[in-house]
Amino acid sequence: MEIEQLEKVASQVRRDIVRMVHGCQSGHPGGSLGCADLLVALYFKQMKLKEEDGKPVFDMDGKNEDMFFLSNGHISPVWYSVLARKGYFPVPEMATFRKLNTRLQGHPTTHEHLEGIRIASGSLGQGMSVALGAAKAKKLNNDPSTVYVLMGDGEQQEGQVWEAAMFAPHHKVDNLIAFIDLNGQQIDGPTVEVMNNLDLVKKYEAFGWEVLTIEEGNDMAALLKGLYEAKSRLGHGRPIMVMVHTGMGFGVDFMMGTHKWHGTAPNDDQLAAALGQLEETMGDY
Amino acid sequence: MKKYTFTEKKDTRSGFGAGMHELGKSNPNVVALCADLVGSLKLDPFIKENPDRFIQCGISEANMIGVSAGLTIGGKIPFATTFANFATGRVYDQIRQSVAYSGKNVKICASHAGLTLGEDGATHQILEDIGMMKMLPGMTVINPCDYNQTKAATIAIADYEGPVYLRFGRPVIPVFTDADQKFEIGKAWMVNEGTDVTIIATGHMVWEAIQAGETLAAEGINAEIINIHTIKPLDDEAILKSIAKTRCVVTAEEHNRIGGLGDSVAQLIVKHDLVPQEYIAVDDSFGESGTPAQLMEKYGLSAVNIVEAAKKVMSRK
Repeated sequence: MEIEQLEKVASQVRRDIVRMVHGCQSGHPGGSLGCADLLVALYFKQMKLKEEDGKPVFDMDGKNEDMFFLSNGHISPVWYSVLARKGYFPVPEMATFRKLNTRLQGHPTTHEHLEGIRIASGSLGQGMSVALGAAKAKKLNNDPSTVYVLMGDGEQQEGQVWEAAMFAPHHKVDNLIAFIDLNGQQIDGPTVEVMNNLDLVKKYEAFGWEVLTIEEGNDMAALLKGLYEAKSRLGHGRPIMVMVHTGMGFGVDFMMGTHKWHGTAPNDDQLAAALGQLEETMGDY
Repeated sequence: MKKYTFTEKKDTRSGFGAGMHELGKSNPNVVALCADLVGSLKLDPFIKENPDRFIQCGISEANMIGVSAGLTIGGKIPFATTFANFATGRVYDQIRQSVAYSGKNVKICASHAGLTLGEDGATHQILEDIGMMKMLPGMTVINPCDYNQTKAATIAIADYEGPVYLRFGRPVIPVFTDADQKFEIGKAWMVNEGTDVTIIATGHMVWEAIQAGETLAAEGINAEIINIHTIKPLDDEAILKSIAKTRCVVTAEEHNRIGGLGDSVAQLIVKHDLVPQEYIAVDDSFGESGTPAQLMEKYGLSAVNIVEAAKKVMSRK
C-alpha cells in the first residue's frame, strides 16, 4: 500500500476512534489518535500476516506470521479500528465498544475471543514481558517472523518494564521490535511533571538495546522509513527499541498536545467538530 | 486404620524436580523458567538435558510470569518456578491479567510454601497463596502430599490445558504414596475409610492426618481420611459422600485458616449439608524463624492437634 492510501486508512481510523469513544461516552481518545499512523503502518504495510483471499486469518499461536502486542491497553480504540479495517472482525462491531455483552471490552482481552488479540492488557507494564515470551517461543519453533510490542511513555514508570528491558538483551531476543509512544502526557499531566522518565534513549542503550528514534511519528513517510530501518537491524543479537514521537490527540486540533483528552469522551458538538477535521475514506461503521 | 509405611523421607520439591526431569524427556513443548532459584527447585537434571528449554529470568518474577504467558502463544508449556511467596503475592496482578484472565496454559510451580520453609522466617513463609490462587477464575490449585504424588502431579499438569498453581515444599517428609500412581486432577484420594469423623488434609498435613488417624484408632475412633491434593476444582462429591456418613469434619492445611482448603470445604457444606467443622490451620498470623518441626508444633499443625480437633468436632455432632 502506498503512503497516500495508508494516510487515508489512518484518517478513517481516527474517525472510528472518536466515534467509538463518543458512542459509549468513555475510553481513551488521546493516545489512540496519536498512535493511529503507527498501527496503520504496521498492519497495512510492515507486518507479514496470515491471509487467505486477501483477508487476515487469525489463530492464537500465530506461527510463521508477525505478531503485535499492545501493552498500553487503554488505547484499545485505535487497535480495534485497525483490526476491523484490516478485516479481522466485522467493521460494524465497533459500535459495540465498551458495551455490555460485547467482545470490544474497555481494554483488550482474549476472554471474549476477539480475533487479533493474544493477551489481555490494561494493567500497565506487562506487555513487553509477554512479547518477549512470544518471541522466545518463535525462536524455539524456528519461526523466523517478528514480534512487535507497543508501550506508552508513562508506562515506563512500571518496574516490570525494566525487568523485561534487562531480560531481552541478556537472552539476545533479536526477533522483537518494541515501540514507546513518546507523547509526553499521562493522566495526571505532562510526564516530565508526574514522574520524569529522563533520557529513555540512554536508558535503553545502557540496558543493551539497539535504539532508534522516529521524530515524526505522525508522518507516514517518516514512520515507514523508521520501521524499515528497524527491520533491517533484526537478527543481530540485540533487541530493537524504537522511540516514536507522537502527538497525543493528533488529527483533532482541540485534542492535541494535552493530557486532558487522555481519557475523556467528546460530546455531540465536539464529535461534530472532530469529524469535520477527518476525511471519511472507508465509510463509517 | 489402613497401615501406611515408608522406607525413606524426601522433600516434595525433589518430586517436582523428578517430574520435570521426566517431562524433559517426554514432552518437547515443556519449557522451564526460574527466577534465580534453580538449586532450590531441583531443576538441574532438566536443565542439563534440555539447556535450550530452560530460561533463567534472574530475580525478576513479574517478568517471568509475563514471559511464560507469551511462551504459550506458539504452543509452549511453560513451568514458571520460584518460592511460593514470590510466585503468588509478588506477582498477583501479572498472574491475574496475563495468565488467568488471558486463559494461558502457564504452570506456576511454587516451592517452599508454608511454615516448613523454616529458618528463613515470615518474609518467605507464605500462608496466603492458596487463597489468592483459588480466587482467580479458571485457576487450578494443587498441593500434593509427598514426593511421589508431587512427581505425578507435575507430569499430569503438563497434559492439562489451562493455568495451574502447583504448591510444594522444602522439608523432608515420609514417602508413603505409590511410586507409579496415576494423578487425577480434581479427584480426591481416599487415604482411609472410616465412620466417626472425616479428616480432610492437603500437602504436608496428610502425613500428620495419618498419624492422627492411628492415635484415634487406638482409642476406638474410626477416622475417614481424605487427601485433597486439588483444592480447586474441589472434589465436592467425595467430601459430601464422606460427611453424609461421618456427620463431622476436620480440615488440615499448612495455610492461613482464612481463604484456604478449610474455607472451601466450609462453603461446600454450608450450601449442601451442614455439619460441624474444625480447622487445623494457622490462625490468621504470620510465621517466624524456627525448625519446621518447632513451627508445626507452635502453630498447631501437628498430628496431636488433629486428634484434639477430631474429638472436639465429634462432640459437636
